[in-house]
Amino acid sequence: MFDNNHLKGKKVILHDMCLRDGMHAKREQISVDQMVEAATAMDDAGVPYIQVTHGAGLGGNSLQHGFALHTNEEYITSVASKMKKAKISVLLIPGLGTMRELQSAYDCGARSVHIATHCTEADTSPQHIAYARKLGMDTTGFLMMAHLNTVEGLAQQGKSMESYGAQTVYITDSAGYMLPNEVKARVHALRQVLKPETEIGFHGHHNLGMGIANSIAAIEEGATRIDGSIAGLGAGAGNTPLEVFAAVCERMGIETGCDLFKLMDIAEELITPMMDHMVRVDRSSLTLGFAGVYSTFLLHAERASKRFGVPARDILVELGRKKMIGGQEDMILDTAMTMAKERGIQFEESV
Amino acid sequence: MAKIKCALIGSGNIGTDLIYKLQRSEFLEPVWMVGIDPASEGLARARDMGLKTTAEGVDGLLPHVLSDGIQIAFDATSAYVHAENSRKLNELGVLMIDLTPAAIGPLCCPTVNLEQHAASGEMNVNMISCAGQATIPIVHAVSRVQAVPYAEIVASLASKSIGPGTRANLDEFTYTTSDAVCKVGGSLKGKALAIINPADPPMIMRNTIYCLTEDEPKKDEIKASILRMIEEVQKYVPGYKLVNGPVFDGKKVSIFMEVAGLGDYLPKYAGNLDIMTAAATRTAELFAQNIMSGKVTLRAIKPTQTVEA
Repeated sequence: MFDNNHLKGKKVILHDMCLRDGMHAKREQISVDQMVEAATAMDDAGVPYIQVTHGAGLGGNSLQHGFALHTNEEYITSVASKMKKAKISVLLIPGLGTMRELQSAYDCGARSVHIATHCTEADTSPQHIAYARKLGMDTTGFLMMAHLNTVEGLAQQGKSMESYGAQTVYITDSAGYMLPNEVKARVHALRQVLKPETEIGFHGHHNLGMGIANSIAAIEEGATRIDGSIAGLGAGAGNTPLEVFAAVCERMGIETGCDLFKLMDIAEELITPMMDHMVRVDRSSLTLGFAGVYSTFLLHAERASKRFGVPARDILVELGRKKMIGGQEDMILDTAMTMAKERGIQFEESV
Repeated sequence: MAKIKCALIGSGNIGTDLIYKLQRSEFLEPVWMVGIDPASEGLARARDMGLKTTAEGVDGLLPHVLSDGIQIAFDATSAYVHAENSRKLNELGVLMIDLTPAAIGPLCCPTVNLEQHAASGEMNVNMISCAGQATIPIVHAVSRVQAVPYAEIVASLASKSIGPGTRANLDEFTYTTSDAVCKVGGSLKGKALAIINPADPPMIMRNTIYCLTEDEPKKDEIKASILRMIEEVQKYVPGYKLVNGPVFDGKKVSIFMEVAGLGDYLPKYAGNLDIMTAAATRTAELFAQNIMSGKVTLRAIKPTQTVEA
């Protein structure tokens, strides 16, 4: 029971997020050259899937989500053309991204896609999942904010995505809120309802410091795909730090096919120096994890705090109370303004 | 003066809510409800409310169009069947108010361009989308003050208010709305985002409108124009409300709106559905007034002139 080898020989597919989820932490300001350099190094280290583009994925360039330095097409084309083995993946959130943009990403060289919906709204994804399959892409149904659905409810949503054609179903802990037993219960329930050939994945955020523990818990119940990001560069306190996770896998005998020391070097020499702020568990990101708030809201709330004079933590807690979900970044500004008015805080109507 | 007689196609939430609104109208009278399922609740409800019904689709209505004097039809089915419905009814001289994303006819937003359409004798007008009806008036309110090279709208909708058709075809909603933000709202480029939020109790429809102005924003004029526009929309959607803004960050103007419904058939949180039915009713009423006054004559469109979707 206390054996460290119970997962020995299991094969897990790693999927790096630092050039997509990490864009949130970089306010979408990673350059094409930086992406190519980091992705090339990851390819060389054996990372099989690398996700790129704007933090909000396809269609993400907007006033709502910020404008990246380059178009998504430029990022995908530049990176995909340099890969020896790694597949380039993208994120598509229906309501933001469309099939036209998916086609364009495919034309630029993307071969894998996370089709993401809120954990109760899988039925907004059938046309996008079907389209990705038609293109022959490695297609994942990605259930965000998974803590906001029941174990049974989430399993049913995953089953729906499978029925649309998803080959993998991900449990996505967008708020970094979940604990290992909550992850286990959800992976277990999904495994019961999905076809044996359908894979299960877990995408963690490190807001409560549980990214690695939760990913291992997921593998224990049958997950075979894990998202992480090198040096943890991602929204909130970041994603499951990939090099740390790879080290834990190596000690446990879980096979990732990645070169651990190379991953460490990339983290130390390429990704960490890229950070504008240390991506770590701090007061605001801990608030996200504790209150169950979408990790991407972090920097938006801090900006709204500066603009309207309400503490970021108060804004984040209120967003959690109002059950705001991914994509509602406009409601951060709105909530901050409403709170400022209620508190009698004067703010500039125009800056 | 006799009211203009109307048929409603599609016996779902939208169709049922339309019955309430048309029954209150000075100019319109709902006479027929068209469905496809004889056992549907919507048809039963329509019968209870005094309408004639058919479960045989538009074909079930056609033999009665002339004898019952139907002049306006509302289509709340889907983009896929709208083209056929429109062709068949236009041939009988019935004006189509299209609430699907088909957009065969010109895009109509009552406070922006209804008068122009109602005077033109168009036989098919499209009501864009709920997000379009809720945001385009504001984009227009800014663009009539100064040039807007880019406008972006974000609609947050209660999960319970979004039916299976919209869910399965979210891209159509996105395309139709962003297209109309430009064509009707008056921005050079446009983008539309939709978020479906499952919070319980359901959240009231929220809309955020961002406009980038070409030059420094004329703040006072923009503010006054927006407030004037909100009053115009409130004439048919009383729950159309400014929550925050406009705030100005450089050339970015941000406006935060809420739309509460009237609570006729649909609950108040479903402002998105209410603003569609209210805009469609408003549109039909102006056409009806023009028909009654003789300003506009509906003409049957000959079969050879049909338009494919």
